[in-house]
Amino acid sequence: MKQEWPLWEVFIRGQHGLSHRHVGSLHASDAEHAIQNARDVYTRRKEGVSIWVVPAADITASSPDDKGSLYDPADDKVYRHPTFFDIPDDVGAM
Amino acid sequence: MYAQMIKSEATQDDPEKLAAFQARIDAGDKIEPKDWMPAGYRKTLIRQIGQHAHSEIVGQLPEGNWITRAPTLERKAILLAKVQDEAGHGLYLYCAAETLGVSRDELTEMLLDGRMKYSSIFAYPTLTWADMGAVGWLVDGAAIMNQVPLQRTSYGPYARSMVRICKEESFHQRQGFDIMMKMANGTEAQKRMAQDALNRFWYPSLMMFGPSDAESVHSEQSMRWKIKMNGNDELRQKFVDQTVPQAEYLGLTIPDETLVWNEEKGGYDFAQPDWSEFFDVLKGNGPCSVERIEARQKAWDDGAWVREARLAHAAKKQAAKVAAE
Repeated sequence: MKQEWPLWEVFIRGQHGLSHRHVGSLHASDAEHAIQNARDVYTRRKEGVSIWVVPAADITASSPDDKGSLYDPADDKVYRHPTFFDIPDDVGAM
Repeated sequence: MYAQMIKSEATQDDPEKLAAFQARIDAGDKIEPKDWMPAGYRKTLIRQIGQHAHSEIVGQLPEGNWITRAPTLERKAILLAKVQDEAGHGLYLYCAAETLGVSRDELTEMLLDGRMKYSSIFAYPTLTWADMGAVGWLVDGAAIMNQVPLQRTSYGPYARSMVRICKEESFHQRQGFDIMMKMANGTEAQKRMAQDALNRFWYPSLMMFGPSDAESVHSEQSMRWKIKMNGNDELRQKFVDQTVPQAEYLGLTIPDETLVWNEEKGGYDFAQPDWSEFFDVLKGNGPCSVERIEARQKAWDDGAWVREARLAHAAKKQAAKVAAE
């Protein structure tokens, strides 16, 4: 089979100072080309002020099978959430 | 719709895994690319998303037909932007399909050799400028009916691409209606063109939703998997109920003498399209079916050297970079 242009994952930072966010993927021959294509495919309506492209093959992802064990440690630590603690109303905002 | 008559695949997986999978779907979980999924779910989705993507791409052709002949520079710029959006929609969807393990080239080849279809609506010609209005108003209007609920479909990448598409689709419908308003309020000749466009696109638009659910053997499984969210008849009714008042506003007549408001059901009674025509078009016998695939084949062949040259250039640059290090 003929070779295809590699797949790139595209991340874009919107206007309001938020982190780059994954918006989708596309095919391109190299990084520069991927940025150009990302501009055309993902920012036709001024959706972003900054684009990152990453070769999809270079992304290491957690396995869906680990869903349980990987996040287990967080299950029994409800005290990490502020709502765990009762603060009397008299104390005021905290 | 953009994906019509999608045959759902029977699945022969481990019953326990299947039950767990169905439970995830019933609970509203999104299925992601690396999650376990039944082989039938995967195959059906590849077919559905692929056909949807092909429709976006082939759908550029009837409108592209009028870019060079748009009546004003502004209309031309708008149409160009719209057609570019359709290309974008095709790309979002191809990428969603690729997460299921099919390659872009395979998808393209399946369209070109007829193993995969595209929506019946794009096998019809666009004969006058008023058709640009009718396509935006009716065809994109019908597409929106189907795509809005698909934003909640069970497959994560498909749902996310639908979110992006829906954001852009409403521009398409409005620009179509804007053209229709202009024509319907124009000269007698323009009004006649607008009416003629509505006459030709009405029944093909109704066909977009696919045959009646009673005859649609695959709906049930797809609905259970939440890759089809509404019945064909339900969406078609919704489309008619929404569109009739818009036609009245334009002062145009829906080409259906039996069309009548039914107080009891709170919707219009209307005539069904000629379903034998629909099946014929889907088989590749539409008025423009041959032309559409020829155009895609030509684009694929003519673009081959660009695809190859890009790769060769990237490899050369990479080699130079390695050498410099």
